[in-house]
Amino acid sequence: MAEHDHDHNEGSNLSEMELRVRAIETILVEKGYIETAALDRIVELYETKIGPHIGAQVIAKAWSDPGFRQSLLEDASKAVNAFAQVGRVGEHLIAVENTPQVHNMVVCTLCSCYPTDVLGLPPTWYKSFAYRSRVVKEPRAVLADFGVALPAETEIRVWDSTAETRYLVVPMCPAQTEGWSETQLAVLITRDSMIGTGLPKKPSEVA
Amino acid sequence: MDGVHDMGGMDGFGKVEPEPNEPVFHHRWEGRVLAMSRAIGVFRAWTIDTSRYAVELLSPAVYLTSAYYEKWFVRNQQLLIERGLIDVDEVAAGRALRPAKGMKRGRFTLADVESVTRRGSYGRPAPAPARYKVGDRVRTKNIHPTTHTRLPRYARGHVGVVERLHGAHIFPDSAAAGKGEDPQWLYTVRFEAQELWGADADPKLKVSIEAFEPYLEHV
Repeated sequence: MAEHDHDHNEGSNLSEMELRVRAIETILVEKGYIETAALDRIVELYETKIGPHIGAQVIAKAWSDPGFRQSLLEDASKAVNAFAQVGRVGEHLIAVENTPQVHNMVVCTLCSCYPTDVLGLPPTWYKSFAYRSRVVKEPRAVLADFGVALPAETEIRVWDSTAETRYLVVPMCPAQTEGWSETQLAVLITRDSMIGTGLPKKPSEVA
Repeated sequence: MDGVHDMGGMDGFGKVEPEPNEPVFHHRWEGRVLAMSRAIGVFRAWTIDTSRYAVELLSPAVYLTSAYYEKWFVRNQQLLIERGLIDVDEVAAGRALRPAKGMKRGRFTLADVESVTRRGSYGRPAPAPARYKVGDRVRTKNIHPTTHTRLPRYARGHVGVVERLHGAHIFPDSAAAGKGEDPQWLYTVRFEAQELWGADADPKLKVSIEAFEPYLEHV
């Protein structure tokens, strides 16, 4: 009985949000503000076209092409435009490079600012209270939640995205990838490695 | 405002829990809320700063217990009503009861989608020369405006170093208050963790914020 109540409550909660959202969509469509097909298309773009694979292509090229790496670090908005899946990448994108000395991490403590053009919509953990509250104070403990441990001597640099600038982390290229194509390298580059909560996969993990 | 949204440095929220193979949207309605937010932006009834401020104005209890896109939904519904795009009785009825009035542009259609999946431009011509340069030591002001600001509490009243200069941008504190764009120089200011969190902080940690010039003063 208790289980039934639980299911029932959960079901009605979900459908309540669905109903409330549908009501607003209906009103906006009927009043002539928006067409349903345009909303369908936006959802489809974020589900299929605008995602971390874009960022992974950018990073793979930066690993392969020193000239592109330099352009990316100097003006990421400009360098990344060729990779835009839809239209152009927006302004104010900044790439920050990990080195053996410095590891970069990106957060938005005030809301959820994220380099959507190159990584898609942010994952739930990026928007979570735990991540937003802790990473500016105890990033090594946050990294441990992701199973990442860095040497104590590595400096950690946290970028709090409090304006319209957006940060993309350029992770370090794993060893034993000499001669790999950009397509092969892109497979190693995870979303989290471009936010700074993860490291790229090792070649042995994708073999 | 000193709200619960300003979370940097708070304790008690537990572990970060990444979800393997997380879907872009967990429920259909989340995608609809995201899409409606993007689409309705073209009517310029409010700015990105207004919409952030509207979320901050949710009561702390609502903020902390609502899912992410639920907060967006509540915010959208409230702003749509406040700005007169829809009416309260229409929300209750779940359908339009009268035509839209004073639409600043035509219907948002498929042809408009590309423009809203690209981020906007917030850079503006500078009103005056920048007061600070890269390498300058600056102090963030100890300010507690009751309205929208992008200077987080944990970074107020602290000394840091200017690391980057981004040009002048729309000033959110002004824009969210409906007082216009009032462009201001934007800087990346870097702090040692021990400056922010005290002597026990990680000696190998540096944290930066993006600080608008009015947040800063000479040391």
